[in-house]
This record gives sequence, structure tokens and C-alpha cells, in this order.
Amino acid sequence: MLYAILCYHDEDLVGSWSKEQDDAVMSRLAVVQDKLKKEERLGPVARLLPTTAATTLRKDDPPVVLDGPYAETKEQLLGFYIVDCENLDAAVGVARDLGAANPGGAYEIRPVGLFEPGASTK
Amino acid sequence: MTDTAWIDAALTSARPQAVGALLRYFRNLDTAEEAFQNGCLRALKSWPQNGPPRDPAAWLIMVGRNAAIDEVRRSNKQDVLTDDAVISDLDDAEEELADRLDGSHYRDDILRLLFICCHPDLPATQQIALALRIVSGISVKQIARAFLVSEPAMEQRITRAKAKVANAGVPFETPGPVERSERLAAVAAMVYLIFNEGYSASGETSEIRRPLCEEAIRLARLLLRLFQSEPEIMGLTALLLLQHARAAARFDASGELVLLDDQDRTLWNRKLIAEGLALIDKAMRHRRSGPYQVQAAIAALHARATKPEETDWVQIDLLYGALEVMQPSSVVTLNRAVAVSKVRGAEAALQMIEPLGERLSNYFHYFGVRGAFLMQLGRNKEARVAFNRAIALANTSAEAAHIRMHLDRLMRDNQPSGTTAARK
Repeated sequence: MLYAILCYHDEDLVGSWSKEQDDAVMSRLAVVQDKLKKEERLGPVARLLPTTAATTLRKDDPPVVLDGPYAETKEQLLGFYIVDCENLDAAVGVARDLGAANPGGAYEIRPVGLFEPGASTK
Repeated sequence: MTDTAWIDAALTSARPQAVGALLRYFRNLDTAEEAFQNGCLRALKSWPQNGPPRDPAAWLIMVGRNAAIDEVRRSNKQDVLTDDAVISDLDDAEEELADRLDGSHYRDDILRLLFICCHPDLPATQQIALALRIVSGISVKQIARAFLVSEPAMEQRITRAKAKVANAGVPFETPGPVERSERLAAVAAMVYLIFNEGYSASGETSEIRRPLCEEAIRLARLLLRLFQSEPEIMGLTALLLLQHARAAARFDASGELVLLDDQDRTLWNRKLIAEGLALIDKAMRHRRSGPYQVQAAIAALHARATKPEETDWVQIDLLYGALEVMQPSSVVTLNRAVAVSKVRGAEAALQMIEPLGERLSNYFHYFGVRGAFLMQLGRNKEARVAFNRAIALANTSAEAAHIRMHLDRLMRDNQPSGTTAARK
């Protein structure tokens, strides 16, 4: 079974870390990740940019693009995509295509700050 | 993180909203601040035992407000003291209050709190000091340190600024859309001032003043969270992030300013750059350009170039051209001239800044840039005159040292010919 591990934290707090603090956390995490990588159990790892950089597509009819993160609590996170796009416009375009295929709910579009494709998982 | 560090972090991040709401309630800045302080004291007692409340700001507003009301009663000797235990057990009440806290209200609360610091009668430095004290909750001691003045002097400055604000009357009515956007523009300008206060520091003081830049970024992000669809606030935040990303490369080991072209770009903070670029990208979708967005776009072009030669000067020239239209100023033209010198050569750039001479006759950068253009054209004698004037006008020792470096180079270049070696 593949498991997704979703990371939650206070972005104000994480954003206020100095480069040294941030690097220290990342290198501690790297130790854990390296072990998983060697065992070919680690899929993609992504670090998202803060929610201030987020844009949300509400998959209503017609779809609405809103600045900011997805703020509702009545829906649940059910999946995610990582897509390579020229810019935010293109990413919103992809989300619209996906939304047309599966209306209802919303997509939150967040730029990825750091991405590791990861080793192949079996 | 230590046991209480999470409390400090929560109090700091709840402060603008809590003080803003308390100010709306009490309509007096001192009372609001005192109420918040009281709330914090009680939080320090209650939170370690009961754990963090679901909504720290709501908790602090309610507890602070109750404490202040008690204070009034106590001084009126009408009522008995409230038992601390009654206040510290707020779990049920908290939930109710969090629901009652009107989401749209607190946006205006925070904006108001920031806005009163931007009073036009206050000089820029007082606006900044006031905002750092009231909104950010930075101690007078720390602010004094950042401004390189004594603590009593800063205390006095803040007290005077507060008095001025109080006399002027705080605008408590809920702002209309036009007023709101005017307030937002004034607040954005002040956040930029805070940043510049830290950014324009010289090498010796840049470490001490760095927190000013970080605080400005924190406030810009806060504004962006409150006003999510304002492209200029995205632009402002991006601009600050992209400039701050270069912090580690801007001064050398001896504290001397390192120009953009000479900076070690591997020292630039890629994380901040990525965030800045994403925010500009987001702002552009609105097709409502503005000065912060344009300046951020210029900073972005520098950030994208991994080597100075890769800088897209043509695009930078165009962007400065756009900025000249939005915000005509001699300083913008001067900056544009630097881009022009890279695209069309020093002669064209020199012609461009010639008409600015009178208006910028006391401006350090004008003479520094002029000297550099003249030097590129081999007009060394005139370059030296310009550089000497620049040194006389330098604001920091780093600026002066930087120009002296140019002068030394001129001297070296001229020495072999023997004609100008004796001249100073």
C-alpha cells in the first residue's frame, strides 16, 4: 500500500526560521528520507510555498478562480497532482480541464518550492 | 522548541488581531495595549496547564477585555476582584466567542491598527517606530537598538507619536471600499518604509537592523492574508522577499557594500526568491499593474539571472519606463539610466541623467552613477569630480568606501601615464 503523508504546521512559525534553522531541519529530515530511498520506498517529496502564494479554483458551474488557499472545512482532501507548468495561468488551465472532467469541490493550486522526484516505489 | 516558546510565538502572531479588536472595543490605544498585556499575562499562567486555546486571538481578546473591565470596576471600587480561576477556564466560552468573532471585522481591525500609525503628521521614522511597538509588539529597547538611539529617546519618540495619534482621533467607523483601499495603500507604504529602514543599513549595522526587514515581510504577508486579491499587496510582498533574498550577499566580510554585479549569487536565498516569483506570477494574472508589482518584476529579473551577464536589461529598461509613467521621479529615471547604460551604452545613459543634475544635486547616488558612466566613457577627470562629490554626500561609510574604490581604480589606471599621479 502506498501512503501519502501530509505535512501540517504553522506557516508563520516555519516562515520565521532562519536559513540555518531551516537547513538544520531539512538535513535531519534527509536522514530519514535517505533510508527510505535506499529501500526504494520513497516516492515524490514536495515542499509547498506558503498559502499566500495559493490560488483556488472552485469547481462550481461556472468555475471560479479565487486568490488564496482553500478555506472551507466542509470538504476533505482526497488527492493531489504535481504538474509542471510554465506559470500560474497554465496551472489554472490544467485545473480547469480536470475540473471539467470532475465537477464539484475545489482545487487549491500551490506552487512547489522544493521537489524531489524520489526513488521508484514498487 | 522550549516549553514556552510556542506561547511567545502564539502571542506574537495573535497580537495585531487582538490589539486591533481591543482598540475597536475601548477606542483608546493605551487601554487596548494594557488589556492585551493582561491577556498575555493570563495566557502565560493558563496555557501551559490547559494547553493552547483553539483560537488564541479570540481567547486574548476576551480575557483582555474582561481584565480591562475588571480594572475599571476595581478602580471604581464597585465590585470584588474576579477570581483568576474563573477566567482561566474558558474552554466552553471560547468556542462560543470564536463563532461570534466576525471574520470581516478583524480584517478592518488590523488595518485600522496599522493605519493609525501612518498618520500623515508623523515623520516616517515615528510611523515606523509606532507600528513596530503597537502592531508588532517589539520592545522599546529593541526598537531603540535598531534605530541606533538610546532607549529613553525612543520611548519619548513613541510617546509623542502616540499622543499625536490620539489627538488626531482614530477612525473607528467601518471603512467604505474607497477608504479601505486608501488605508491599504498608506499601510503598504509604511510596511515598505519599515523594510527600507532595515535594508538601507550600512554594513556595520545591517545585522542589528535585519529584524526590521523580517518584520516588514511578516506584516506584508499578514496584509496579503487579509487582502488576498490585491495585486499590489502581492507585488509588495514579492518585492520585499526578492530584495531580502540577497541579504547574505550584500556585504563583504569587512562590512563593505557589495554591488549587485559583484555579489556571490550562490548566497542568495532561493526559498525566498521562489516565493517572490510565485507571488508576482499570481499578481500578473489580475492585469492591474502598479508600482510595487513593477519594482518586484525588476527585482525578479535580477533574481532569475544566475550570472550578472544573464540579466535581462532590455526588459528592466522597459519596466523602469513603465515605473516612470506611474511614479515619475528623478530617482526612478536615474535607476533606468543604469539599465540604459547596459543596453545602449554609457553615452545614452549620461544624456538621460543630465537633466536631473539640478534636482539631484544633493543625492549621493546621482554622482556615484554619473561618475561610473563618465569612467566607462574614459572621461576620467570628470568622473573624479563626480566621485568626490558623491563621497561628500555619502550617507554611510560603506557608501563612501565604495566610491573610494572607484577613485582608487581611476588613480591606478592613470598612474602609468604619469600625468595625473600627483593630482588628488
